[in-house]
Amino acid sequence: MDFDFTFFALLMTNGVLIGLMYSLIALGFVLVYKATDAINFAQGEFVMMAGYLAVLGAFGVNFWLGLIVSVLGMAAFGFVLERVMLRPLIGRPVVAVIMATIGLAAVLRGIWPMLVGVDTYNITLPISDEPIELGPLLLQPVQLFGAGVALAFLAGFTWFFLKSRMGVAMRAVADNQQVAMAMGINVERYFALAWAMAGLVAALGGVVWSSMLGVDTHLALIGLKVFPVVILGGLDSIVGAIVGGLIIGVVESVAAGYLDPYVGGGTKDFAPYVLMILVLMFKPYGIFGKRKIERV
Amino acid sequence: MSVAAVSKSPLADGEIQLSVKGVSKRFGGVRAVDSIDLDVRKGEILSVIGPNGAGKTSLLNMISGFYQPDTGSVTFEGHNITNARPSQIATYGVARTFQNIALFRGMTVLDNLMLGRHVHMKAGVLSSFIYWGLAQKEEIRNRARVEEIIDFLKLQDLRKQPTGSLAYGLQKRVELGRALALDPKVLLLDEPMGGMNQDEKEDMARYILDVNEEWGVTVVLIEHDMGVVMDISDEVVVLEQGRRIAGGTPDAVQRNPEVIRAYLGTSKSKGAV
Repeated sequence: MDFDFTFFALLMTNGVLIGLMYSLIALGFVLVYKATDAINFAQGEFVMMAGYLAVLGAFGVNFWLGLIVSVLGMAAFGFVLERVMLRPLIGRPVVAVIMATIGLAAVLRGIWPMLVGVDTYNITLPISDEPIELGPLLLQPVQLFGAGVALAFLAGFTWFFLKSRMGVAMRAVADNQQVAMAMGINVERYFALAWAMAGLVAALGGVVWSSMLGVDTHLALIGLKVFPVVILGGLDSIVGAIVGGLIIGVVESVAAGYLDPYVGGGTKDFAPYVLMILVLMFKPYGIFGKRKIERV
Repeated sequence: MSVAAVSKSPLADGEIQLSVKGVSKRFGGVRAVDSIDLDVRKGEILSVIGPNGAGKTSLLNMISGFYQPDTGSVTFEGHNITNARPSQIATYGVARTFQNIALFRGMTVLDNLMLGRHVHMKAGVLSSFIYWGLAQKEEIRNRARVEEIIDFLKLQDLRKQPTGSLAYGLQKRVELGRALALDPKVLLLDEPMGGMNQDEKEDMARYILDVNEEWGVTVVLIEHDMGVVMDISDEVVVLEQGRRIAGGTPDAVQRNPEVIRAYLGTSKSKGAV
C-alpha cells in the first residue's frame, strides 16, 4: 500500500486540533486536583451543563450572550459546589470526594434532561462553516476556533500559575496546605477559586464541544476522554494536560483513520485507553506527573 | 560558643505581647499539653526546652492556630487568637518555621520568600487585570523587602535555585527568610538548628540574635542544643510531659534542681556544647 502523505497529514492536523480541545477539558480536572487533591469525576457533566447553559443563555439568537451566561454560571456553580459539597469533605478519605463527584455526575445527567427535555440542541458559532484550505488540507473553522480558544486559555493558565501572585499561592496550597496557612494564605479561598476556575474552563470547553457535537446528555461522555489525557500527562501538570491532550487527539485520529476500515469503526474510542494502560505499566505517574499521588 | 548573649536586662519589664493561659491539649488518652502558662515579653528571646514528647511543638501549634486547645486561651497583642485560623494569626504578625523543612519544593528561593509576603500583597486576579500598574507597584515594593532579607541572610546567589536542590542548612535558612518576609512581630522557631553542624548552628544563632536585636522581633525558640539556648535566650521555659516545670533566666533554670533531674542532667553528661 502506498503511503498517502496528505491523508496522514490530515489525520495529524485533526488530531492536534481535537487534542487541544481535550486539553482544555482536562485542564479543569488538573486545576482542581492540583489545588485541592480532589479527583473530579463530574468534569464531563460540567461540560454538558455548560453546553445547556450556553443554549439557554443564547435564547436561540445571541451566541455571545450564551457564552457569557455559561462562563459566569459555571464559575458560580464551581464556587458554590466547593462551599456546600466539598468543603465538608476536607480531611476525609479521598474516596469520599470521589464518590461525591460520581454522585454529582449522576445527578447532573438526570436533572438537565428533566429540566429542558431530551432533545439535542445546537449551538452555532458566529463564524463561517466554509472549510479553510491549507495547501492540500481542508480544515474545519469550528475546530480551528476551538483549538485557538484552548491554546489561549492554556497559555493564560500557565502564566497564572507561574507568574501571578494568586497562581503561585495556589501552587503553595497544593504543595503543602499547612505551610501555606502559616504564610497567611486563606486555603479555603483558594479551594473555592480552583473550583470556580474548573467551572470556567468547563464552560469554554462546553461551548466549543457543543458547537461540534450538539448539546444533550451524550456531551458528558467527553469526560471519559479526560482520564487517558490526565493519566498520560500526570494528574497535577498543566503542561501534562496539553501534551496528554495532543497525544490522545493524534492517537485517536490516526487509529481511526488507519484501523477503522479494517475493524468497522470504534477504534477512536478504545485507542486512548489502550495507550493509557500501556503508560500506566511503564510510567505510573504520567509523563509530567509528580511522584507520590493517590491512584484511583 | 562564640555567639555570646549581649547583656540585655533579663526578664526586663517589657510589656507582655503573647500570653498563653492554662492551655491544655489531649490526643486520645495522652495529655500532650497540660494547663501551661506562658508570657512572652516584647523584644525578648524565649526558649522552650524539654525532652522529646514534652509538648513543645504542640504548644507552638496552639499558638499558631494549627491545634485548637481543649482549655485555656492564647492572646496576642490584645487579640484573642485561641480559636483563630492559622492564616488569620499570620496576618496579625505571628510567623513560624517548622521542625521538618517545609519549603515549597518545586519553587525557587525567591518564590518561597515572595510567598512569605503574601499577607502584605492585596491585589487579586481581577484587580490586577484592571489596575495592572497597581499590582506591579505592589510587586516591586514587596520584592524590595525580600531583597533586603536575601542580603541579610546572604542568599544572593541562590535566588533562582529550586529549594529542593539546596543543602540542608541553607534550606533551614531559606525557611527562616520566608518567615521573616512576613515582617512578623513574633517569630516562632521550631528547632531551627536541628540536624545542623556546628558552623551552621553558629550562623543560625547569629541570624536569630540579629533579627531580635536589629529588627526588634520577639522570638520563641524550641531548640535542643543547650549551649545555644543558654547563650542567646533572655528567658527559658522548661516543659516535661506536657507540664511546665520551670522558667526564668538561663542561669536560674540551669541551677533549678527539678530541671537538672528532668533534662539537663542527662543532656549534660552527653556533653552539651
